[in-house]
Amino acid sequence: MFNLTRLLQTLTDALSLGSLYALIAIGYTMVYGVLRLINFAHGEIFMIAMYIVFYGISLFVLPWYVTFALTILITALLGTLAERLAYRPLRSAPRISILVSAIGVSYFLQNLATVLFGGRPLNFPQIPLFTDVLIIGEIYIQRLSLIVPVVTAVLLLLLLLLIKRTRTGMAMRAVSRDYDAASLMGIDLNRTIAITFFIGSALAGVGAIMWGMEDTRIRPTIGSMPGIKCFIAAVLGGIGNTGGAVLGGLLIGFIEIVTVALFPSLSGYRDAFAFIVLILVLLVKPTGLLGEKTTEKV
Amino acid sequence: MSERVLEVNHATMRFGGLVAVNDLTMLIDKEEIVALIGPNGAGKTTAFNMITGVYTPTEGTVQLCGKAITGKRPDRIAAAGIARTFQNIRLFKALTVLDNVVIAQHLRLTSSWPAAVLRLPRYRKENAAMYARAKELLETMGLWDVRGEIASSLPYGMQRKLEIARALATQPKLLLLDEPAAGMNPAESAELTGLIRGIRDQFHLTILLIEHHMDVVMDISDRIYVLNYGSLIAEGTPAQIQQNDDVIRAYLGGDEDEA
Amino acid sequence: MTKMKKSSVVLTCLLLLLLSGALAFIDGNASQYIVRITRLCAINIVLALSMNLVQGFTGIFSLGHAGFMAIGAYSVALLTIPVAKKETIFMLEPLIAPLDTLTLPFGVALIIGGVLAAAAAFLIGLPCLRLRGDYLAIATLGFSEIIRILITNAQCVTNGAQGLKSIPKTADIWWCYGIALVVLVFIALLVSSSYGRALKAIREDEIAAESMGISLLRHKMLSFMISAFLAGVGGGLYASYIGTIGPDVFQISRTYDILMIVVMGGMGSITGSVLAAFIVTIGQEWLRVLDGPLPFLPFWPENGVSGMRMVVFSLLLLIIILFFRNGLFGHKEITWSSVGARLSALSGHAHKEVTKP
Repeated sequence: MFNLTRLLQTLTDALSLGSLYALIAIGYTMVYGVLRLINFAHGEIFMIAMYIVFYGISLFVLPWYVTFALTILITALLGTLAERLAYRPLRSAPRISILVSAIGVSYFLQNLATVLFGGRPLNFPQIPLFTDVLIIGEIYIQRLSLIVPVVTAVLLLLLLLLIKRTRTGMAMRAVSRDYDAASLMGIDLNRTIAITFFIGSALAGVGAIMWGMEDTRIRPTIGSMPGIKCFIAAVLGGIGNTGGAVLGGLLIGFIEIVTVALFPSLSGYRDAFAFIVLILVLLVKPTGLLGEKTTEKV
Repeated sequence: MSERVLEVNHATMRFGGLVAVNDLTMLIDKEEIVALIGPNGAGKTTAFNMITGVYTPTEGTVQLCGKAITGKRPDRIAAAGIARTFQNIRLFKALTVLDNVVIAQHLRLTSSWPAAVLRLPRYRKENAAMYARAKELLETMGLWDVRGEIASSLPYGMQRKLEIARALATQPKLLLLDEPAAGMNPAESAELTGLIRGIRDQFHLTILLIEHHMDVVMDISDRIYVLNYGSLIAEGTPAQIQQNDDVIRAYLGGDEDEA
Repeated sequence: MTKMKKSSVVLTCLLLLLLSGALAFIDGNASQYIVRITRLCAINIVLALSMNLVQGFTGIFSLGHAGFMAIGAYSVALLTIPVAKKETIFMLEPLIAPLDTLTLPFGVALIIGGVLAAAAAFLIGLPCLRLRGDYLAIATLGFSEIIRILITNAQCVTNGAQGLKSIPKTADIWWCYGIALVVLVFIALLVSSSYGRALKAIREDEIAAESMGISLLRHKMLSFMISAFLAGVGGGLYASYIGTIGPDVFQISRTYDILMIVVMGGMGSITGSVLAAFIVTIGQEWLRVLDGPLPFLPFWPENGVSGMRMVVFSLLLLIIILFFRNGLFGHKEITWSSVGARLSALSGHAHKEVTKP
């Protein structure tokens, strides 16, 4: 039966998952905006972040807030480091080379995680403040499900302020619009791109913390599926567009949760929905929902 | 009365709020050499892109030899008989000079891909003909001796000539040249002028070119169209254009400093 | 020139003879292990050439190889496993008709696998090939994962996560090398034909290619579908080579293994892919040492570190793309005349370079 309680339950779950996708999708869309690169390693950076939380809390018994801060910082630095070492040297190379490099980083991080952390799943630490279940009427909600959308909204707001109001944000927009012209205008490309990676990876770190509390069995491959889906979310919303990435993430979250709620027999195919949506969108509106039509200069 | 090759009717190109080309009408007859001139940003290359299908005009139509080609894909328009060169040279950089010209004949190939892989007799014949024609064109352009070089290794002037040879290889009715003399010294551009005339006579071509070198334009053109801020401000023979007040004002006045 | 051509033909025939002699020797005398690796080299040649056609010659980026291989592998498995064995394999749910009572010769099954893979490529290519290249990368990556989801869930066709076993091991050394040779010749003829030149033009500059009358969608689709067909055939060979398949065999890392070969050999070099297929396949076996104990290293765990091999492997991929971006050969090919020139240079003869016709 589909009653009001279940509807509210489903919508809360969808909003929570969608917000998580949105957070990760922002990282893809920002990097694509400045470098025109699918950062295949983004999903692996996200995975590493979960392990950092695991080691911080379960092994070194740090307070959760210290661990979270450290996680976000290390993740952001790791993303920036990947750009510095593996992408920057190939910036003027054929585009296919930098894509291969991104795949290389992703594959390397995944294999490294297998060696360092082991292939068997580890249990993500539970923090009662977030994982407690609230009972409102007949609805059971993890506190996290309410926290996630709020965190996403706040971070999105801060990010939009940064992009619209600060010099750094202006530099980012300029690089997205016209890479060569931006560098001719005296914008420090290296700095702008590094900051983009830093912010995008930091958001992936935040996403990872919240993801780990929901999908508690962390393993080296945990980042690949959300990674691909969130890139699709970014494409869906219009790649390069921050608001679009959020919209795309929310949409994919809703489609997944609501479809499975309506047709439980399809739950095995849940991971395939995003791709079907991608193909449909590319057929109808190749530039994504909020994307602008870009024409290459001839 | 001579045959009409290109007919651009009230073509307008808008990008968002920007009108790049406004209500452009151009009529070009067979074996004419026509120049499209105007200050930088006047919309000349946009006009080329509308004619060759890179952009679809927001309004208006384009006809080649009486057939509508508006909104068709660039490869279809090339097959219909329009070839072009690019303002900022777009050769197949890592391939040889010879390959560049041979590739441009692929659109006339009638053999299917399995026939090509199996090297069936008809494909062999067509392939040999492609190479023969490439040789002829490279000799015309004086590039036969460098046929084995990688395209990007050629000096600038030769790259421009190679682009013309490649365009000719598609067997066009109409050839569009986007600043063929850009970056050339006076001696080279004088040579180019002769070459363009020679091509027109040899292949019975119609040519539309964008050019900033006024000596080249005045020397080579039968007629000239002048664009400014996307709109046509004058049309006529070189002598008429040189006398036209609007043209002189467009080039000398305002904030444009391009000659 | 014709004299050179003739001597090239003679030399090529000699090389083929020599190679078949070597293969016959390995087949007859070497250990099972060596024979297996030798066969895997040939299968990887097929897969690498198929990927190079798209990545190296057309300049578009497809990551769907594991998926196309899976289609070919499951086709071959379902069409060649003897009927009696099928009944014992499908324990949870019976295999649907007509597959349950159908067996076909290996060669026919391979072709069917290839055709199905090409059909899948058509369906993905239609929406994606019209767009920027990156969309194809993500769509094919997604496709590759979807195929695994489908395989896991379609119990009555694929036997789900339990996989398929008892696949007849028809793909002996001669099948593998026979097909590798056919594919090699096919690709060489294709890329040197007018169609191949059109693909290279697209790789060099899409806008210029389209302005020269080359239909981008048609030619990219041609390249993508042929590549998928060959990947399907390669997957079919692989199924017969390992004998047991399941969804986990076709993880994305299969695609990355092939990508490594293509990048190392040089994107756009056929002979490079062939050579790199041997180097990477054999090298991956050598790297197994890393997973075991390394007594000469202090602090190295006594039982070795499992997975170290893949860390080094992926690091090598990164090093090659960062520092030797063109791989072994870039766009170039090893030809008899280039070998001749190299040899005479080595022997110190003043040898005047013969320009190619």
